[in-house]
Amino acid sequence: MGALLEVENLTVWLATRRGPQKAVDDVSFHVDAGEIFGLAGESGSGKTMTAMALLGLLPHAARTSGRAVFDGRDLLSMSAKQLRSVRGRHIAMVSQDPSTSLHPMLTVETQLTEHMRHHLGLGRSEARGRATELLATVRIPDPERALSAHPAQFSGGMRQRIAIAVALACQPRLLLADEPTTALDVTVQAGILRLLDRLRREQDLAVVVITHDLGVMSAVTDRICVMYGGRLAETGPRQDVLNQPRHPYTRGLLDALPHPEGGAAALRPVPGSPPPLGRVPEGCPFHPRCGFALPSCRTERPAPVLVGEAHTSACPPDPLGGAA
Amino acid sequence: MLRFLARRIGAAALLCVGITLVSFILTQLVPGDPAAANLGQRAIADPAAVDAFRSKYGLDKPLPVQYLTYLGNVLRGNLGESQQSHRAVAQDLAEYVPATIELALFAIVLSLLVGVAFGVLAAITRDRWPDQVLRVVSLGGVSMPTFWVALVAFYLLFFKFGLLPGGGRLDPGMNAPPHVTGFYTVDAALAGQWDVCSSAALHLVLPSLVLAVYTVGMLMRFTRASMLEILGNDYVRAARAKGLPERVVIVRHVLRPALVAIITVAGVAFGSLLSGAVLVENIFSWPGLGQYAYRSAVNLDLPAIMGVSVVVAAVYIVMNLLVDLLYGVIDPRIRLT
Ligand SMILES: Nc1ncnc2c1ncn2[C@@H]1O[C@H](COP(=O)(O)OP(=O)(O)OP(=O)(O)O)[C@@H](O)[C@H]1O
Ligand code: SF4
Ligand SMILES: [Mg+2]
Repeated sequence: MGALLEVENLTVWLATRRGPQKAVDDVSFHVDAGEIFGLAGESGSGKTMTAMALLGLLPHAARTSGRAVFDGRDLLSMSAKQLRSVRGRHIAMVSQDPSTSLHPMLTVETQLTEHMRHHLGLGRSEARGRATELLATVRIPDPERALSAHPAQFSGGMRQRIAIAVALACQPRLLLADEPTTALDVTVQAGILRLLDRLRREQDLAVVVITHDLGVMSAVTDRICVMYGGRLAETGPRQDVLNQPRHPYTRGLLDALPHPEGGAAALRPVPGSPPPLGRVPEGCPFHPRCGFALPSCRTERPAPVLVGEAHTSACPPDPLGGAA
Repeated sequence: MLRFLARRIGAAALLCVGITLVSFILTQLVPGDPAAANLGQRAIADPAAVDAFRSKYGLDKPLPVQYLTYLGNVLRGNLGESQQSHRAVAQDLAEYVPATIELALFAIVLSLLVGVAFGVLAAITRDRWPDQVLRVVSLGGVSMPTFWVALVAFYLLFFKFGLLPGGGRLDPGMNAPPHVTGFYTVDAALAGQWDVCSSAALHLVLPSLVLAVYTVGMLMRFTRASMLEILGNDYVRAARAKGLPERVVIVRHVLRPALVAIITVAGVAFGSLLSGAVLVENIFSWPGLGQYAYRSAVNLDLPAIMGVSVVVAAVYIVMNLLVDLLYGVIDPRIRLT
């Protein structure tokens, strides 16, 4: 079975005062139909830019290279018009903060139906009927009344459910969810993740969940990809990556998670901070912060190598290899 | 909504009292004697004539009494009698005010259409050539002095090429249409006098164009800035992620919130149009409030000056009220709270 989305050697340059800088550097991964794929990494690792490159929504004057084949067509070489016919229709987006991503002045109905009417050519009442069903699907109480309301009249969790309904309106095959739970209360987060999991099963929807929190991943993802400094550090099935991480950065992220038994004392954050745009070091981007760094790590750019079944890690010294 | 309206109107009434008070005090501070300004050389030498003038216009009473008397009269629609025209000020104003309002409305509609359209264009072509050209245009609009614009426009469009009539509200020899609103274009249309209507419209073009130059520049600048601010919002990216045509994104998702800010500025711009009208009306012989105010001021015609300030205050207050109501129409959150 071919992958739904096949990203090959994606590189994104952003325009800065110091010229173009790589925000995403030679990233490859694939997403299968109906799976939940996690894209993890600290702030600034290039997760959002990866997603925006797929949607053709990069900031002004950004450039890309590589390929991103979705359903047989390369998204990166599409015209603006072709991209518009895919965006919202076949690939949809949910972003971090529903209080800023929903339009404050438009009714829920308008926001739910405008792209349905545009892409699917539905009439007003048809679109309205479908909008009511969508709100019921994401478990908004009293969908009829919700349609004429404005986003400000809902709580954060409810707003994110509405944003998800908006994304699902045209029955897309792929949903890019950029930190869909970060702005929400912990109790609400689990509900949103369960919702995504249910939708994936019921609607044959593939979801890319972007997050800096590996804890969020552990609940629902099938496979995980960890990014650092715009590059791939580790990719693999969820259990393998979370239980037997092979890249020191992944290990660091896992150690930084609060453990249910360990309490706050178990928290061990990765020392140092990720490199800002244009300041990614030579060699292994992680070497200034890595406890296992060898002299060669400063100069040789590590390539991803297969370390298990469908499990790759960009760390040739493989200091964690023996542990497994 | 009703409470919101009641509060607005209450505040407006207070503001009106404040403005009349301030202008009353200012007119008292003006060095100059109304009697001297209005009586002839001979009469001023005659103490009896001067006293008669003073008592006729109540100038012999203490100031607070003068003010309260005046305010009471204003509330009864009596603005006193002009010392120049010897007619009721209210009657004078009824004649001059519609001319100015017609001119200013024409100019503000023109400014909004052109200013917002150009501002939107500048924002969506940010830093590319249309934006750069429009930046020069808006800078020109706000920095060229109105009297200069007026003279150049007058010279070119009327004197040199004869494209537009040079002054007045109608062609010479044409009679004003039957009075309904005082707006000649509307009144003529209501009466079915199409030649009068088109003449009135043509006469509006030159002075309103001149008046609009500054407000167009201002509105362009402001529209561009608020569009750019809104364009950076998450919800605009979300609208684009839905694959909507760019036109829909700009009009529905960006321009609508930008209009909230634009309307505030349009309200202020309308005020600046009224003050610009004093100059423009005098250049284009437009028989409006500006001309009346100017004539009253140089003649120290106090009742007339006060009448003008009451009208101007009322116009400002109505504009503000209108702006507030428009907010409610555009932004549902304002209606909700
Ligand atoms: N519009 C922009 N112009 C220039 N640089 C940008 C822009 N947006 C993001 N960047 C930079 O690009 C790099 C990658 O950003 P990206 O938003 O993809 O990170 P992220 O992994 O999504 O992080 P976060 O968890 O903070 O969302 C960062 O260094 C960021 O500072
Ligand atoms: S390549 Fe070297 S520096 Fe990079 S993670 Fe592996 S051991 Fe650490
Ligand atoms: Mg991000």
